[in-house]
Amino acid sequence: MITFDRFTLSNGLRVLVHTDVSTPMAVVNVLYDVGARDEDPDQTGFAHLFEHLMFGGSLHIPDYDEPLQLAGGENNAYTTNDLTNYYIQLPADNLETAFWLESDRMLSLAFSQKSLGVQQKVVCEEFKEHYLNKPYGDVWSHMRSLAYQVHPYRWMTIGRELAHIEQARLQQVKDFFFKYYTPCNAILVVAGNVHVAQVRALAEKWFGPIPSGTRYQRKLPIEPTQTAARFKMIQAPVPLDLLCKTWHMTDRLGASYHATDLLTDMLGGSASSRLHQQLVKEQKLFVHIDCYHFGSSDPGLVTIEGKLVEGVSMEKAEQALQEQLNAFLSQPPSEQELEKVKNKTESAIAFEDMSVMSRASSLAYYELLGDAAWMNLELSKYASVTTAQIAAVSNELFRTENQNTLYYYANPSA
Amino acid sequence: MIDRKKMPPIVDAVHYQLELKPYTHHQLANGVDVYMIDAGAEEVLQIEWLYKAGNCYESQNLIAATTNYLLRAGTTTHTAYELDEKIDYVGAYVNRGCYNEQASITLHCLNKHTDVLLPLIREVLTESVFPSHELLLYQQNMKQRLSVNLRKSDYVAGRLIDAYLFGEEHPYGKYSSPSSFDALTRDALLAFYERYYKQGHFQLFVAGKIPGDIVEKLNRYFGDLPITIPDLPMHPCHPATQKKFNIQNDPAGVQGAIRLARPFPDRHHPDFLPALVLNTVFGGFFGSRLMSNIREEKGYTYGIHSYLLNLQQTSAWMISTEAGKEVCEATIKEVYAEMNRLCNEPISEEELNLVRNYMMGGLLGDLDGPFQLIARWKNLLLNNLPPAHFHRTIDTIRNVNAQQLQALAQRYLNPADFYELVVV
Repeated sequence: MITFDRFTLSNGLRVLVHTDVSTPMAVVNVLYDVGARDEDPDQTGFAHLFEHLMFGGSLHIPDYDEPLQLAGGENNAYTTNDLTNYYIQLPADNLETAFWLESDRMLSLAFSQKSLGVQQKVVCEEFKEHYLNKPYGDVWSHMRSLAYQVHPYRWMTIGRELAHIEQARLQQVKDFFFKYYTPCNAILVVAGNVHVAQVRALAEKWFGPIPSGTRYQRKLPIEPTQTAARFKMIQAPVPLDLLCKTWHMTDRLGASYHATDLLTDMLGGSASSRLHQQLVKEQKLFVHIDCYHFGSSDPGLVTIEGKLVEGVSMEKAEQALQEQLNAFLSQPPSEQELEKVKNKTESAIAFEDMSVMSRASSLAYYELLGDAAWMNLELSKYASVTTAQIAAVSNELFRTENQNTLYYYANPSA
Repeated sequence: MIDRKKMPPIVDAVHYQLELKPYTHHQLANGVDVYMIDAGAEEVLQIEWLYKAGNCYESQNLIAATTNYLLRAGTTTHTAYELDEKIDYVGAYVNRGCYNEQASITLHCLNKHTDVLLPLIREVLTESVFPSHELLLYQQNMKQRLSVNLRKSDYVAGRLIDAYLFGEEHPYGKYSSPSSFDALTRDALLAFYERYYKQGHFQLFVAGKIPGDIVEKLNRYFGDLPITIPDLPMHPCHPATQKKFNIQNDPAGVQGAIRLARPFPDRHHPDFLPALVLNTVFGGFFGSRLMSNIREEKGYTYGIHSYLLNLQQTSAWMISTEAGKEVCEATIKEVYAEMNRLCNEPISEEELNLVRNYMMGGLLGDLDGPFQLIARWKNLLLNNLPPAHFHRTIDTIRNVNAQQLQALAQRYLNPADFYELVVV
């Protein structure tokens, strides 16, 4: 049970406080309700590029990192398709330093042309390092554009191409900031060795005077129901063939979300899971095979992905996978198998909740979804899933017409 | 109106009175040492069985790592699948790790499941059988994984730079190849298992919210195992004589993996602790000289880091980055320029003060939580360092001065002493 207090400033900033006096540290987590899904299709990768610019100096503070390091703090940030999250950990005594820094960059950035130029280069190197120079780095670029036709999940957070990042202009950076980086589009979580009254006073002092901004109303195109299986084949200079298949699943708040999450654990994700046991260990067709989903806010994808043992044909591997799925569909999982994945989930949540930082970001995320208190309901939601629900959800999910298949062939001369 | 230009007052982290929470120590009936940290709010445990069974002890490449990896591959009474199923059923994680001197098996679980798990761990530590079919599958899959890794310039660079520093025959410098996987035999694994696990030596590191009866349980399942301390074989280093290497690995590569490295003494050397401070200034954090210049000023890379290798018998000072193919040369030039700057100019008080505070704040954060605490103790114990080493570290962070750091830079940060490797 994660306890917290919650209040909203008059400018609309939502503030959550989670006290844990067993640590000498404090965590300040600021979540902005904007991600890669909010980007213009001709300007992808912008939300992430923007995250880099948030460290390039704000209205009154030329350097973000230096004062924080002086206060003994560390920070980082990440952007996903759904959101952008910034976090600081520092000695609790120096909590106000974090308020000073975070509030100034919420008030306004310095918008430096030099910072934009340098970070465009840095992000291009990040793009190359993780997506161009790494074998299989572009699998998700292909799969997203195959599985989504209209929803902005069709591109990756890093962006569709280097050119989109290179073309970003300072005016666009300003427009983006004033549209999304406002108190009413943000959630502040303060956790660790802190107290509610102290946080309230600091929040009023530093964030209170910032103009509210306009609440962003998200109107994303809805992905139409897929009606026929889709297929794509590509060749790349990698050593092993890779098979990747996806199926459209529910959104994060959908009624079948928890059943879907548990069924991916039955199929993949541990040594005793079905696909690993059957296809890697028994039939020796895959070097590895995984089943997972990203838990995205809008309807996501259940994914099964594996590299093939050399000499095994794509068709044979796919057929064997299909047989496993058929077996899963024709006979509902046993109570014991369900109990196993529930136990795994219980354990994973306990280990995750050990870190104050992780508790803070979870609180922010559940508040974004609708209510931070939902964080404490997760275990009971998983516990209530039945084998009948798993069977029903699986049958709905793994329909042929809901399926996207990518054959990623190894070809040294590609 | 608040003055947003003015930084709020801070407590300088250098003044913190940091204490490393002491462990409690027990001995099992067979003399096995148990080190425990009781902390945290969640009902979870981490138990590590740390054996003297690392790469240093093997006489054939990959035997130590493979023996360690295949501990879960079946026992006299359970197949690999049955073991996996039992471990997964209670949501536990049983990980293996093989390092240079040590090899370990680590359990993470909810406290309520120890009664099921401890007998299973005993079983893998005493009755593993290393079935031939599991070994064959392992060889096949590891060779294929290797073929994927060898396409990554950073992976290739990491192997090569270690080989230049220590020689391919030294445990710190040797690396795997398809033929070394092919050469593995079940008999060799069984012999290594017998000598270094069943008749070997281990220590126990326990952390989490510790149940009152844990020592009694550990004694019940592990207190009767035979213990013999194996001799640590000594391997001479054969560093490369050539200093500069350019490797073409991927004709279509758009980035180069850059590694610069030089040998450095082990943790017992008086230069080691001051070097941690100098390293932080140089390339040890986001505000470092390397990061500020090469990422934040020039945009040549997504990240650049320097660090001292965490090895027990010696160390090395390493600079590591991935940079655009066309700016690799410029990146290396800037790294050397930063070395020269540290040699030629004393670090300003302002910068040094920031680094002191940053390091102390980081240390405070690192001491947070049972797993972090036991890891720090383990590091001291494995390196034969006394508890006072922790306070010496803090003293050094607080008191080392700019002149000492400049002298240290002059001793160790000479471009001519560094191996230089670019893999595209």
